[in-house]
Amino acid sequence: MQTDQLIRTLAADNAHRARPVGFVVMLALLAAAPVSLLMFFAALGVRPDVMTAMHNPFFDLKFAVTLALAIAAISVSLHLSRPEASLRGWGWLLLIPAGLLIAGIVGEMMMPPRMLTMPQRLPMMTRLVGSNSRVCMTAIPLLSLPLLAAALVGLRHGAPARPAVAGAIAGLLSAGLAATLYASHCTDDSPLFVATWYTIAAALVTAIGALVGSRVLRF
Amino acid sequence: MREREEEWTGLMRSAISGDSAAYHRLLKAVTPVLRAAARRGLARAGQPIDQSEDIVQDILLAVHLKRHTWDANAPFAPWLFAIARNKLIDSLRRRGRRVFVNIDDFAETIASEPAAETAPASEVSAQLQSLPARQRDVLQSIAVDSASIKETAAKFAISEGAVRVALHRGLASLTAKLREQ
Repeated sequence: MQTDQLIRTLAADNAHRARPVGFVVMLALLAAAPVSLLMFFAALGVRPDVMTAMHNPFFDLKFAVTLALAIAAISVSLHLSRPEASLRGWGWLLLIPAGLLIAGIVGEMMMPPRMLTMPQRLPMMTRLVGSNSRVCMTAIPLLSLPLLAAALVGLRHGAPARPAVAGAIAGLLSAGLAATLYASHCTDDSPLFVATWYTIAAALVTAIGALVGSRVLRF
Repeated sequence: MREREEEWTGLMRSAISGDSAAYHRLLKAVTPVLRAAARRGLARAGQPIDQSEDIVQDILLAVHLKRHTWDANAPFAPWLFAIARNKLIDSLRRRGRRVFVNIDDFAETIASEPAAETAPASEVSAQLQSLPARQRDVLQSIAVDSASIKETAAKFAISEGAVRVALHRGLASLTAKLREQ
């Protein structure tokens, strides 16, 4: 086929309008969310003392961190779905959840013991190790898999210049959403626990996202 | 160069608001620039430059199928060159070479007209044969026989909507096949 013939053919298809990438990603995530929710309620469920836990600022902080991660990663991944985009000027968004976490760790250290609820008074290492680390590292990656698949399907609609990077951010996005679910189950509320085990779980999902993304996000 | 790029941005905006003639002009205008960049990339990778037309068509297909990722408030050239660079690197890698392609290669490119040594592109034509019959017939009618959508619909006794769907699906699966080869 001559290039002129191809150009004429493309021009004939000009009327076709594709949906914006953000719309497709959101649709895919909404379709996958029930799968993760079902997995969560079937295997884990919300912790029984959730009503009292809500009054503990460190329980609430977990959601601030995980939701900040999910929202930042969604914005960055949509930005990266454009071919001329780079992380420059956008990467700092991903530091917001890390900053919240650090502020939480410092806050927990500085607070006078009488202001802390019982579990927060335990020694540092005990808080860091917690009692759910294994569940945390299994549950977050598993819950994130349907969401990661959805995010990648949605991002395929875009044109990321660096498929592995875009895939990694999709991993962070799905880990953030999965961790939000998991946080309502987990009884370890110390920011030290979150900073250790949630981070390891998210890193694992990020690596999977980068690996799969480098294959499926090429356009 | 600047004027050229501003003209492209204007044409692309018109194209998106439905002006197919503007779109046709835009694709015509960017092709010589893409061709020159493809030739330079091939030459630098030590590959015969007569394969440049396959790369140009690969880029044009990607531009077409990913044009919804262009932000209409941004200039068109950086987006175009990012797509072109991506496809050029991909093509050279498939041909077994890893090369560094600088984005400035495109911005500073002087348009080059087709020369006698450029072989007609063969990859798109080869993949065309492996498409489902309906998509292949429609693409061939519009591309090779220069028929309009209306004429194609009459020729195959199907609706214009069906022609449009087959046309778009055909272009999308062509691109997918080129990527996987």
